Amino acid sequence: MKGKVVKHDGGGLQRRHLLFGGAAAGLGAVAAVGLQVVNGAEKAAVQPAAQVQHGSGKVPFYGARQAGIGTAPQAHGVFVALDLHPATTRERVRSLLKLLSDDAARLTQGKAALADTEAELAVHPARLTVTFGFGPRLVHIVAPQQAPGWLKPLPDFSIDKLVPEFSGGDLLLQICSDDPVTVAHAQRMLLKDCRSFAAVKWVQSGFRRAHGTEASGTTMRNLFGQVDGTSNAVPGGEPYEKVVWGDGAIPSWTENGTSLVIRRIRMDLDTWDELDRSGREESVGRKLGNGAPLTGVQEHDEPDFKALNPHGFPVIADFSHMRRSRPDDESQRIFRRAYNYDAAPSGGSVSESGLIFASYQADVDKQFVPIQQRLDELDLLNTWTMPIGSAVFAIPPGCQPGGFVGDGLFTGS
Amino acid sequence: MSKKFIYPLLPVLVATSLALSACGTAETQGTPSSVSQDASASHGASALVVGEPWVKASKDGMTGAFGILSNTTDHDITVVGATSPAAATVELHETVPGSDGTLQMRAKDGGFVIPAKGEFVLEPGASHIMLMGLKSPLAAGDDITFELHTSDGGRLSFTAPAKDFSGANENYEGSHGTDDGHGAMDPSGEASHPASPTQSK
Repeated sequence: MKGKVVKHDGGGLQRRHLLFGGAAAGLGAVAAVGLQVVNGAEKAAVQPAAQVQHGSGKVPFYGARQAGIGTAPQAHGVFVALDLHPATTRERVRSLLKLLSDDAARLTQGKAALADTEAELAVHPARLTVTFGFGPRLVHIVAPQQAPGWLKPLPDFSIDKLVPEFSGGDLLLQICSDDPVTVAHAQRMLLKDCRSFAAVKWVQSGFRRAHGTEASGTTMRNLFGQVDGTSNAVPGGEPYEKVVWGDGAIPSWTENGTSLVIRRIRMDLDTWDELDRSGREESVGRKLGNGAPLTGVQEHDEPDFKALNPHGFPVIADFSHMRRSRPDDESQRIFRRAYNYDAAPSGGSVSESGLIFASYQADVDKQFVPIQQRLDELDLLNTWTMPIGSAVFAIPPGCQPGGFVGDGLFTGS
Repeated sequence: MSKKFIYPLLPVLVATSLALSACGTAETQGTPSSVSQDASASHGASALVVGEPWVKASKDGMTGAFGILSNTTDHDITVVGATSPAAATVELHETVPGSDGTLQMRAKDGGFVIPAKGEFVLEPGASHIMLMGLKSPLAAGDDITFELHTSDGGRLSFTAPAKDFSGANENYEGSHGTDDGHGAMDPSGEASHPASPTQSK
């Protein structure tokens, strides 16, 4: 053994001599240039001047409406549902909402929350928003007379395979930011302040393209590769106002309030793989390349459902997702703010992926349910998708400094 | 003095902060009512502002209150005492290394001196307002009122929310073991959560 070690050492020395000797003899010039290039690259990497940093982006917390709805979707989102402890009183709910609103007001502006033990993680909000949703039980505790009729579990759909781990909840926190560390810290801080009042029921973490990867406003792609959400109304426009915040025909449950349906849609990527490109496009009725309808060229071209192919069949099939989800009744519109999820696979599968389908609308029963019923009856996409979670929340208005989200429900008594 | 966390002061806190009275009356136990606002020029119209106040929720025994004391005047202000209807006794504490190397808290001789135009940070593991003999559990979300007393007889009332907090478990100087630290609410489970809803405010 000893001899071997000595031999190895000797070999190493010889090799070293060879390498450096060679460099000195003929490769010296090349090596020197290479060294300079490396140094130059390192210098460039540490030069912050060219970097655009987005961490300081702030979305106002206080306002007539809650942030995180009309806000351009951030890259990362987590949805947390909590169940209030048994026998929680109205006054305890008030205390909880005050604490959480104060936390959110600070964190969204890049400030540490009170009693924040990781204050350094609060300094880059990166457009952090915290949006509060109230489940049936919370509204029943606080203001039963104001509970909207639609604030209840959705009707049963035949395609549903719901699990309690992703369904229901008394209080929802939608936490979104372009920075996942910021999301994690806000989630931790908010949940620390929930501990005395409520228990976590479920958590769903989602993502879109990283901030800056695509131009802002680009329609997201889901993990099937589809352009997903082309027909979404644009915040600020009249259709958006009507769909999300209501109008005379379909009023919202309270001024500047709305509703949120969260459906966890499992997407079976393994069977989706069996489908060729034309089959994938036919299932939705849109082209994979840019999301254009099969009858159009550009993403936002209006689909022509009457167009026929040379064989006399509709170009956009009657069973396609777009055809089935597109209502003839213009009032049946929803505003989507979805996130992809990609969880750990199990049972021999290599993926457990899908969509956290977050849908805002003034009235769940009048807008969301009819669409879902049509998709339940017929939608080719159902072959590869399965709803496994479902929850409905009333979204209260925003609040003003000194107030808290939901304070309007406490007035009058 | 630690100045790690300096925040803009909340308007609501400024509003509830009172100019220190130069002619404060003798201490009165009980509700820290609004202070007479005799901001006498002879005492420099002293003004102390409490920012970011909070209290560690606790089921009984002792707990701590934290925040940032800001002195808006051009002369030092010394806080010499405090009261709260939530506790039988309120003391001003500092935390110092004990003879065994662990942090120990003890009453701060001479009170807290807030330098002119400066700040004095009250935080876990450092100086804080100590509540002893809690009269009832402080549940998360409860609002606790305090009154600070300054060496020139001034009074300052402020309100702080109680928050669940796992830290701030400093030992008392001269005591042994950990049971003498600030009483935690243990928010992790209902079974160990004694606060009934009726105790909320």
